[in-house]
Amino acid sequence: MEVLLELEGAPAGPYTRDRQSPQTGEGPARRALRRQVARLECQVADVVCEAFPEALDLGPAPRMPSRVLAMGELEELRDHLVDQLGEARRQLAQLARTQEDARARLERMLLDPASFRGVRISQRELGEPGCGVWRVAPRLGIIGRMMGWWQVKISSGCPLAT
Amino acid sequence: MSDPVEGWVDLGLETEFPGLSLAVRECDGPVRADPGVQERLAAIASRIRGRTAIELRREPVPAAYRAFYRQVGLDPDVEMTPVEAAVGRRLVDGGVRTPGPLTDALELAVLETCIPVYALDPGALDGPPGIRPARPGEQLVDADGARRGSPGRLVIADAAGALCWLFGEAHGRGAPGPSTAPILLAAVAVPGVPPMGVDEALDIAAGALGA
Repeated sequence: MEVLLELEGAPAGPYTRDRQSPQTGEGPARRALRRQVARLECQVADVVCEAFPEALDLGPAPRMPSRVLAMGELEELRDHLVDQLGEARRQLAQLARTQEDARARLERMLLDPASFRGVRISQRELGEPGCGVWRVAPRLGIIGRMMGWWQVKISSGCPLAT
Repeated sequence: MSDPVEGWVDLGLETEFPGLSLAVRECDGPVRADPGVQERLAAIASRIRGRTAIELRREPVPAAYRAFYRQVGLDPDVEMTPVEAAVGRRLVDGGVRTPGPLTDALELAVLETCIPVYALDPGALDGPPGIRPARPGEQLVDADGARRGSPGRLVIADAAGALCWLFGEAHGRGAPGPSTAPILLAAVAVPGVPPMGVDEALDIAAGALGA
């Protein structure tokens, strides 16, 4: 997914990777890059929060020197965050599809439990909070198994804290 | 307890990051344990869940620190911002650990305002503290006692030299001891953090220290 960003007030042309002070005319471009970095950081954070409790695998950030970043480093960081945002959104969309599939499977399971014998769907797979698990189990134990009486049960939730 | 005073910020940094500031306030002390502080910490700890730790980064002040971390070459997912680190400690500890009244006071300030406050020994300082990049060859004592240098990394310093990394505790010169009095509290604000929040952070820390 492409993320378009405007480099507000940035001078045209390529930027050098050499460290230059803000007084050399890079100031507006550096400010614009810093704004972009801040905005992208917020957007990535939003996607990470939406995906919670699932953790997104966004890979490591490029190693940067621990100091005020030079122009080229800021650009590299911005580009990394753009990629990271795209990857985060892709993973979130994939997660949403997986949860949608699980919800559809649960609906079918509720309509026809006998066709889903032994199937378990956790609340987490559905994107819901809690530790409950929906499962198809025989009614009245072995008798239900023999008679083909199947039902969907949900477990009582998270274990109590000890 | 004195009124907050603005510490200095290196001119280049001030131009680069308008809003970066170090507010300092001296507390008379001496530091004493206050059970009320531990109760407040316990109350905060009881409200912290995994989701809290993640959702923090959506809030304006923690987001400002995350963005600033990125802009100075720190990865906030590796070196956590002060409030995220404090929340993470609460989650890992599963409640309240109280290493001492000074640590409690600083922890309370950061958990309530998301703004980090650090303690320094004013008697060991040479002039007012401020923020500047570390100079070539300049080294700082880390928590493990080792001396490390990182030219260009931002530090809190006085006229005599660097005291600690920005967003790090002082472990060498300037580090307060258990009986240090008075204590200098220093709150680091980054662009996007409201000055009122900085005052509040210093107020909370000073109040928790009994000042």
